[in-house]
Amino acid sequence: MTFLKINNLDIEYQTRKETINASRNVSFTLERGEIIGIVGESGSGKSTVANAIINLIDKPGKITNGSILLDETELCNNEEVVRTIRGKKIGFIFQDPQTSLNPLFTIKDQLVETIQTHTDLDYNKALEKSIKLLTEVGIENPHKRINDYPHQFSGGMRQRVVIALAISCEPDLLIADEPTTALDVSIQFKILNLLKKLTLDRNLGVLIITHDIGVIAEITDKVIIMRYGKIVEYGKTHQVLSKPASIECKSLVMSVPPANKKIDRFKLLSPEGKQIIDTSLNLTNNIIKNWKIRDLSNKKLLDFINVTKVFDGIKILSTKDADDKIQALDNVSFSIFEGESFGLVGESGSGKSTIAKIISGLLPPSKGEVKFENTSLFDPKNKLKIKKFRGQIQMIFQDPYSSLNPRFNIKDIISEPIKFFQKNIDHYSLDQNVNDLIDIVGISRTSLERFPHEFSGGQRQRISIARALATKPRLLICDEPTSALDVTIQAQVLNLLKDLQEQLNLTILFISHDLPVIRQMCDRVAILKKGCICEINQTESIFNNPKNLYTKELLRLMPKIESII
Amino acid sequence: MIPQIIKTFLDSDIGYSFKKSKVAIVSSIIFVTIVLTSLLAVVIAPYNPFDPKSVSLMDAFTPPIWSIGGSVDFLLGTDQQGRDMLSTMIYGSQISLIVGFASIIFAMVLGVFLGVTAGYLGGRYEIVVMRFTDVQLTIPSILMALLVDGIARGFISKSLHNDMAIYVLILAIGISEWPQFARITRAATLVEKNKEYVLASRIIGLSDIVIMIKHILPNILRPILVIATIGLSQAIITESTLSFLGVGFPPTNPSLGTLIRFGNNFLFSGEWWITFFPAIFLVVLALSINLLGDWMRDALNPKLKVR
Repeated sequence: MTFLKINNLDIEYQTRKETINASRNVSFTLERGEIIGIVGESGSGKSTVANAIINLIDKPGKITNGSILLDETELCNNEEVVRTIRGKKIGFIFQDPQTSLNPLFTIKDQLVETIQTHTDLDYNKALEKSIKLLTEVGIENPHKRINDYPHQFSGGMRQRVVIALAISCEPDLLIADEPTTALDVSIQFKILNLLKKLTLDRNLGVLIITHDIGVIAEITDKVIIMRYGKIVEYGKTHQVLSKPASIECKSLVMSVPPANKKIDRFKLLSPEGKQIIDTSLNLTNNIIKNWKIRDLSNKKLLDFINVTKVFDGIKILSTKDADDKIQALDNVSFSIFEGESFGLVGESGSGKSTIAKIISGLLPPSKGEVKFENTSLFDPKNKLKIKKFRGQIQMIFQDPYSSLNPRFNIKDIISEPIKFFQKNIDHYSLDQNVNDLIDIVGISRTSLERFPHEFSGGQRQRISIARALATKPRLLICDEPTSALDVTIQAQVLNLLKDLQEQLNLTILFISHDLPVIRQMCDRVAILKKGCICEINQTESIFNNPKNLYTKELLRLMPKIESII
Repeated sequence: MIPQIIKTFLDSDIGYSFKKSKVAIVSSIIFVTIVLTSLLAVVIAPYNPFDPKSVSLMDAFTPPIWSIGGSVDFLLGTDQQGRDMLSTMIYGSQISLIVGFASIIFAMVLGVFLGVTAGYLGGRYEIVVMRFTDVQLTIPSILMALLVDGIARGFISKSLHNDMAIYVLILAIGISEWPQFARITRAATLVEKNKEYVLASRIIGLSDIVIMIKHILPNILRPILVIATIGLSQAIITESTLSFLGVGFPPTNPSLGTLIRFGNNFLFSGEWWITFFPAIFLVVLALSINLLGDWMRDALNPKLKVR
């Protein structure tokens, strides 16, 4: 008898303008003790399928065809049955542990309440069981911590509590929608191991939805690859990832940055399955002439000397209270040479973004100095010179959805910095400049009149790059430029950045939490931990021969696709 | 040109939710009718109540047309001076709307300026401005308006007072309404300020003023628009209250509130229409604006978006 059987599931979202088929003819089966992963790019319908199982599809979506059988019980469009099953027989883990717990109740209240609604245990028995659950998911000192509120737990701990909540009523099926996306690598590793262990111990069926192939490779037995609401490939994880049959799956696997070797550039597949070899850049001679490319000099471009940054709250009367001070950076020093790409790696809260903000001039350092071409960037004496340098340091941001002003069209976005640095530029050369930039990043000129919301995440990131290049910068700071993008898009954007660097001799400061990406992009890497630098070295020597304990730990824990191929 | 604009409006998401909401359609029709009528008062109103030639004391206290003793000449009856109620109301609503719009624009400019600068610049300036706003919010708006009005009376000579009444009222109401704008815009600015497009502009080196005007302001217009709509009805009601209390418009130039005040004297002697019609008119006007504001708040809220 199969445990979960989904047959020919069709889900439609009818909107005013069009009907979106979020799921078309999706069928798969799941057995107890098995972990199945659904991968796909954003908008491929992976979450919709999971929500359909517990009948939580948002309006105006509806299941138009197909069946969902859990232990031979039909769940499809059967709200009465699903209500008795949801939470009891099916546990659900959401992406964001910050919002899936009620901040007004203690963990005890939430666990005991859930257990008591679904079983007829009395209060003390339910409490006892809650403590047992917390022990099982690896929370230390559960007797004491059960009285805490969600905000007193860290992100990873909170996700453990969410898992405890999900398994509190002994479900048979666990659905995890991006369970580790919001977490750091080391915590992700622990959570994935916990899920694996629970699956075996409790003989659960687990359905994991993720966009991260690394996670799939680490944990799942079977994998489903979805695209535009259809299953394009379905089978044993090892089989699918090592010998992909469909073009979509091939291009997905090829786009994943390998953690064990450095490749020159990502190979991309066209929709017909042919390999795209030529560079995505079309730099005409004209652009290169306009740019005035500097020779590679290997000179020191940026010097970051003993910088300390402390954040403190602003008060109307200055106090010397040490309580509300957060030390973001502690005596950090490094230098970047012209023409190299320098990587900064660290978990959340390690101070990576603070460094980017200090270099770009958004934040002043509390102590220490930042020198660009031997000129201190925060010395009031150099004010005029600094103003000139501003255009030479530009930044690309993480979130493509908020980094472009939604009220500006693309042309205005790109021409704004040009107009600022060349006050009396005429219309013709402004247009010429904008056209060059839009060509460089590979967006068609016809889209100049359009607004940001008409573009996809990857396209917006390209526009962001064009804007950053508009001032002809020498140092480009990339703060997690691809972490919000799908893997195939990530590969394209990373290729673009590589080409730009080669052709224009740019210096890049690349900030990421993703070690495989760093390995592909950077010449030298600095590892950050809680505002201190642990190790700085050539990328290859760090990856092959890490010296620092923390670096070793990070490298061990990162999800690797190679582990199964 | 105009049909084109209407067509694109009805085609957009907001236009769609407008078409779906009966309340919005009805209240906007009522509101637009009232505004047009008061704008075209000279053409539409049957009489000019300020023209002594058209007013005759002989006609005083004529009841509405359907009552016994009503006259076809005066649809809604006349007041104690023989002025046609309908015409006086139309002219009165004109004054009320002018004061309402002008004072809300004044409050908006002041509040948005303080809110955006406080939110964007931060630091001690923000703390001072926002505490000032908090203090202002603890004073009831009627009291604030009375205070401003009282101070103004002390400064302006009596002969000028009647002419200056409109400016004093705009100032008084505007000053009592701005904290709402300041608070909402500051909150919205704080959200926009940390978005990456603002950071990108700062890295380019654009000055704070350019960033505030070109980047932040256009992106926080939605909540300001909602507050302004609801504030408009509040301003009209405040104006009427002040006039009702006798510190607003003089009887020679009556707004809706002044009309209600005068009618009030005759309420128990049987001439109910003098106070009843202006009061109903005020209620309908304020209600239509409020309902429109309610709809706008829902329509502009991305979380409550109707597909």
